[in-house]
Parts: sequence; C-alpha cells; structure tokens
Amino acid sequence: MSDSTETQPDFAPANIAHHPRRTDVDPKAAKRAERQVATMFVLAALLVLASVAAYVLIPVDAGVVVPLLGPIGALNAALGLSLGLGILLIGLGAIQWARKLMPGTEVVAMRHEMRSSGEARADAVEAFDRGLADSGFAQRPLIRRTLIGAMLVLPLPLIVLLRDLYTAPEGALSPAEQLEETIWEPGVRIVTDVTGNPIKAEDVPVGGLVAAVPANLHEVEEEDGNLNARAKAPIILVRMAPDEIVSQQAPPEGEAWDYEGILAYSKICTHVGCPIALYEQRTHHLLCPCHQSTFDLADSGNVVFGPAARQMPQLPITVDDEGYLVAVSDFQQPVGPSFWERS
Amino acid sequence: MSVVQETGGKAAGWTDDRLGNSNFLRRSLNKVFPDHWSFMLGEIALYSFIVILLTGVYLTLWFKPSMIEVVYDGSYAPLKGVKMSESMASTLDISFDVRGGLLIRQIHHMAALFFVAAIAIHMMRVFFTGAFRKPREMNWVIGVVLFLLAIAAGFSGYSLPDDLLSGTGLRITQGIIQASPVIGTWLSFLIFDGEFPGTAFIPRLYSVHILLIPGLILALVTAHLMMVWYQKHTQFPGPGRTNENVVGYPLMPVYMAKAGGFFFVVFGMLVALAGVIQINPIWAYGPYMPDQVTAGSQPDWYVGFLDGALRLMPPWEIVAFGYTLSLNLIIPAMVLAPVLLVLVGAYPWIERYALGRDTGEHHLLDRPRNAPTRTALGVAMVTFYIVLMIGGGNDIIAYNFDLSFNTMIRVLQVLLFVGPVVAFIVTKRICLSLQRRDRDLLLHGRETGRVLRLPSGEFLEIHEEVDEESKAKILAKPDIEPLALPEAVDDSGVANPASRKQRRRSRWSRFFFTDNVPLPSDEELAEARTHIDHELDDAVEAGSKAAAEISEHQ
Repeated sequence: MSDSTETQPDFAPANIAHHPRRTDVDPKAAKRAERQVATMFVLAALLVLASVAAYVLIPVDAGVVVPLLGPIGALNAALGLSLGLGILLIGLGAIQWARKLMPGTEVVAMRHEMRSSGEARADAVEAFDRGLADSGFAQRPLIRRTLIGAMLVLPLPLIVLLRDLYTAPEGALSPAEQLEETIWEPGVRIVTDVTGNPIKAEDVPVGGLVAAVPANLHEVEEEDGNLNARAKAPIILVRMAPDEIVSQQAPPEGEAWDYEGILAYSKICTHVGCPIALYEQRTHHLLCPCHQSTFDLADSGNVVFGPAARQMPQLPITVDDEGYLVAVSDFQQPVGPSFWERS
Repeated sequence: MSVVQETGGKAAGWTDDRLGNSNFLRRSLNKVFPDHWSFMLGEIALYSFIVILLTGVYLTLWFKPSMIEVVYDGSYAPLKGVKMSESMASTLDISFDVRGGLLIRQIHHMAALFFVAAIAIHMMRVFFTGAFRKPREMNWVIGVVLFLLAIAAGFSGYSLPDDLLSGTGLRITQGIIQASPVIGTWLSFLIFDGEFPGTAFIPRLYSVHILLIPGLILALVTAHLMMVWYQKHTQFPGPGRTNENVVGYPLMPVYMAKAGGFFFVVFGMLVALAGVIQINPIWAYGPYMPDQVTAGSQPDWYVGFLDGALRLMPPWEIVAFGYTLSLNLIIPAMVLAPVLLVLVGAYPWIERYALGRDTGEHHLLDRPRNAPTRTALGVAMVTFYIVLMIGGGNDIIAYNFDLSFNTMIRVLQVLLFVGPVVAFIVTKRICLSLQRRDRDLLLHGRETGRVLRLPSGEFLEIHEEVDEESKAKILAKPDIEPLALPEAVDDSGVANPASRKQRRRSRWSRFFFTDNVPLPSDEELAEARTHIDHELDDAVEAGSKAAAEISEHQ
C-alpha cells in the first residue's frame, strides 16, 4: 500500500539484508504452505466438532487407561485433547500463515521522544495555573482547609463499617480470652478422634500414640455450627516407661500431669497451628509436617528443632471412677500459634 | 469490489462518521512490533489471564462458596456420606457430575500456574535486558504489583474448595495474621468472624477472588498494555536497529496473525494439558478438618518461597511486658516479602542513582553481559528466591533423596546468605568474560575452522571478520564511566559541603560500573581489520622468509 507510506513518512521497509524464503521465490512452495494452513484449520474444525461428540457420547464416569499417564477420566481426556488440539491448530495455522505467506520483510518506524514539547508543557502549566487561580483554591484558605478536613474524615466510616466483620455472640469473651481456652474441662473424658470411644489406660500401649478429642466435641460442634473447637482441642496421647520421661510441664509441687506414663499433649503446633501426628517412638520426637518444628515429648514438649518458639502445651490427665482417661483441667497455657496478648 | 468489502467499508464509514477512528487506525494498523522469542513471555501471561477469566466465569455457575456443612451425596463413591462444607461438595460436583466441569476446573488451575510463572519469567527478561529503564520505570512498577496480585489471585483461588490441603494453607495464613504485632488477634477475628475456621471466611475470600483481585489485575493489565503500546516496544540491538527507530513487523497483518495465533496456541496447550494431567485432586485430600493434615503437603509453586522462609527462620520470639512478638513469623511472612518487592520495584531508581545522570530514553535493550552488576544482582536475587523455594520443599527432597531434613535446613540457612554472594561474583565474572570474548571477536575476527599449512610448515587458522549482525550487536554496548570521587576540598581549600553525599553516590557508581571491558577504539578496530585482512599474506611472507633463512643455513 503505497499511500500508507506517504501518509506515514516514518514507516518504511527496513534497510536490512533480507533472505527471501522458499515461499517467496517458489510458487509451488507457497501453494504447499497454503495447503498446510488450510489443513490445520480443517483439522481444527473437525477436532472441535469431535469434542462436542465426546460430550454427548462419553459417560461422565467412564475411565480410560492411557499409556504413560495411567487411568484417567475418559470424558476429561477426550474433551481436553480434542478441544485443546483443535484450538492449538487454529493458532498454529495462523502462525504458519504469517511465517510463510505474509510479507517476510521487516519494516521500520521512527520513535518520537516521549516528553512533550516545551511549548505544550508551558501551555499545560499555564492552563493549570489559570484553573487554580480561577477556583480560588490558593486565595481562599477557608474553603481549602475545610475541604481537606472533610476529605480526611471521609475514610473513617469506611473503616468503621468494617468493624462488624466480627460480631461477637452475646456474652462472648474477648478475642484474646477466647484464644486462651479450649473446651476441655475437669472430668471431660478423652475419646478417640475417629470412633469417639472413651479410652482406658491399658488401651494406650507403651510407645504408642493415640489421637484424641474431648468427649463433648461433637455436642459443641453441633451447637456452634462450626469447627472452631476442633481447631484447638485435639490432643495426642503417648505412653512412655516412667524412666523415659525426663520432665513434664506439671508444677513442681502437686500431682504430675501424666497418668501412669501416659502424657497428653496438644495436637496443634505452636508455630502456625498445623495439627501434628508424626511421632518417632524411639526419640519421643513429634514432628510438624508443615514447617518441621520438632518437639520432645519426653522433655515437657520442648522445641528441639525448627521455627516454633514454644513448647507443646500439656493437658493434665487422670482417670475417672470407671477407669477412663479424663482431663484434670483445661490446658494451663494457650494452644496453637502465638498472639500479641499472650504473655 | 466484493460484497464483504462493500459492507465492511460501509460499517467502517459509519463508525468513523461518529468516532473519527480512522486517525487511530491509520497509525495503529501500521504499528511496528519487534520480533524476539523472549517478547512472547508477557504474551503468555496475558493469554493465560484471559483463559483464567473465561474458565473462572464458567466455574462460578456451579461453585457454592459456603462453609455450611453438608453430607456429600455426589457420584464420587469414596466420599459418599462424608460431612464437608458446601464449598468442597460443589467443587466435587463440578469435578464429577458436571460434564466437562473437571476439564474447565483443571484449565483454570493450570492457567493460573502458567500465569504466575510467565509473569515471573517475563519480569526476569525485562530486568536482565534493562527494559525497565527510562521511560518504562512506571510500567516496571505496575508489573511488580501485577506479580503480587497474581500470587494473591492464585492463593485465594486454590483456597476456595475448602479441602484438606488448602485448609492447611489457610490455617498457616491465619496463624501468621494472628501473630501480627498489636492488632493480630483482632485482625484475625475480623477476617474470620471469630476464631478459626468459622463459617464466614470462604464466602469473603470468594468475593476477593472473583471480583476484587481480577478487577485490579484487569485495570493494571490495561494500563500496562497501553503504556507498551504508547511507548512502543523495546528492541534488541542489531543491524539497522537504533535507539530512535523500531524494526519489526507491522500489526496488520503479520503481528496480528502471530500474536493472535499465539493466543490460540497458549489456550490450546492449556486445554490439552488439563485433559491429561491431573491437578489439585481435592477428592484425594478429603475435606478440611482442623485436626488433620497430610504429610508432605505442598502449596502451589509460587507460595513455596514463603513456606521456605517460614521453615528457615530460627525460632525467635520475644515475650516482654506481658506481650508476645513472634519474630519467627513476622520476619519471614510480613517483612521479607514486602522488602523484596520494594527492592525489586525500586530497582530502576537504584540503578539510576548509580548512573548519576539522565542518559535519556532507552529503547535498545542491553545484552545481560553488558550490564554485569545488574545481571549479577539479578542472579543473586534469583538464587535467594530459589534457596527459599528449596526450603519450601525440603521434606519432599529429603524424603526422595534420603537426606536428613535437619541438615538440609541448616545448609539452606547458610546458603540463603552465602548463595547470593557467590552467585553475584560468579555471574559478574562470566559477564566480563563474555565481554572480553566480544572484544576479541572484533579485534581478531571469527575462527573459521579452516587450517592452512604454509610452505614453511607452519599451521595457521584463518580468521574472518564477524558478520554484520554480530558486529552490530557487540558494538551496541554502552561503556559507562563510574562517577568520579569528588574532591573533599576545592582548589581554594574550602571543604565541599556536598562531598559526603557525592562520595556515597560515587562509591555506589563504582560498584556498578568499574568492572567493564571497554569496546575497542576506532583506531584499534581499523588496525584489527587490516590485520585480519592481511593475516594470510603476512603469515606467508613471514613463512617464506623463515624458509629462506633455513635453506641459507643449510
């Protein structure tokens, strides 16, 4: 198009050595390229139609075994491959068309400095200054300051309106106080987390680990309609021979918090709250799968490795009249990750 | 004139009568785009984003963002009768009961992975070639923000199904929020409407994921592309390419066909991959329970570095005056990432400070070797990031290669600081060696592989002048002088008041620009040319002289 070059003086073929392509010099090659492109477009249309057929014909639950990939959903594979290859071929066809048949010579256009002319800048400044003067923004400080004042308080309701993102139920404790307690209470039975059966001391073998929850968990969950209690209450029970226990969190005076070598620790990591159940019986180490904090359960649940800064809280336990394990009290320190108000 | 042309012409006339758009079209259809494979990285990001928008809208037709507990009754037998949130149940329905639903879900997730990856690699391309320099600093900053938003989009998206894996990720996020100084507890209660997990979070996250973040991304992508359009694309140095022109293919038709075609290539690849590769099989993880976790759980790749930072951090926590400051969470999760982002975003100005002067607009890209300090800083940064990322997967690596994860953590803690320094030094040396090679190529020519044996018995390899293309590339190297140290006192013995500031700047400048292998001067080049041209003659002459001498002696 010659006239476009005339109206656009800075747009011209680049003055660079250009190697003609086969398709530029050989009409047969050009014809062949044309056929290639058309074939891709035809195949694309066929594949897209095939995907519609697959949608209609293949049941949603049918499986298929693909070499190298193993068993996969037949409908998913058929739809994905037909539609994917169909779309891909439209793209490849267009690119082949551009590469082989559209002009292969590069063109050159001139750039223009980004900054506007000095005149334009001066005009802009002048227009702005005139506007500013006309508005009286500078000359009327009363208006200016009151407007700024009004704009400054405007965001306030926007922030205040977000306050009820948290609506505390009536009689609820403060957030920090809520974090400090769990649903464990004196005498609450310890039950297994899967079956909910109460546990007797002899059910926990030496070296064994039992994941457990308070017996009232399901009741609380039904009442609350959420899983909040489950995020704090879970414990693990481990049993050691009495001489293996180096230390416990129990106060120096008074009863020890174990029951015949059965120790109950929180299952919630003190780092960022992942539940932990990787226990190495030989070393009594408990390993968090999330960030590899390691706690020594034979030694008060202290941190022996990793980013956690605090020991695993221990739950004081005993048995009730029927010989089932129960909590003596709630945890004596908050479980789970740290928070500002935690002392 | 065919019917189509006639109708098209009429329609174009109709719109031009009302919008006057021919002025724009005239310029735009002839717009020149330089060609290079690395310019497609940004395109991959853009096209992935379009695919994400398309598939995302489809998914909203079935997805129920709700944490209300339901009993699953869909067609995936192993989970039948299991209690889970409506969010998880509807994701299972999309995967097993909506025909094509699984495909669209997998395309959406696959495209998200590609989106973030393409942005990251595109950013590296822009960084290492110096495309962020004036006048494109603003677009660099927009790009950094887009990278952050892309990660937020990905994380908020894969957290929505409320499965065991994503729930664990949310728990970690909540633990970090809760550890914020002063406001942490309240912030967490506001976000989760009480204690974790509550029932409010998924619906809230949903509106962030499908409205807030994509809206911001869309707005910034538009600004990003408009700037690219208006400022015209950068180009690599080569014959005929200058800082004042742009050499490439016109929008209509070549670039349109190539870029448009490439959209379909990216789209098609994503669809085909989603057809055969399983991604995020939530049914294998099960619904989220706060007391359960799977060992070896890994987030999507772009969150891995944050997880690694959490793992590598020593257990520092300060308890004082009845308050707890969890440095072990605050530093890796709240300080590190913002500091890195600000450093990256501010990089154009950091380099500009070392330059000390306005060097005008830069439209010709640097070859990474020609900016050794920048390249070395970039590689150091990437090394830092990779060490963190390895930290994020150290349990998987330790398990598969039978290593001790404890030792790995210790080694990575050291590598986090040593690695970038070593990477910096090595990269800078490699860059300078490559500069030296370029200089040698100009001075001594290209080795042709043709070895001649002269009559005197001497062997000689013929050198040839390098071709125009390579020559243009090499000669485009800018030789930048570091800022000189200012005099502490001027000629009359008066102390220079700005001296200290200037000294600091000069030190920074020397750090950046002192190590450099300058291009040969014009005289050296001219001399080299005659040398290369006469290499053979000189050798033959010298050889025959030597042969004559030898025969004289005999």
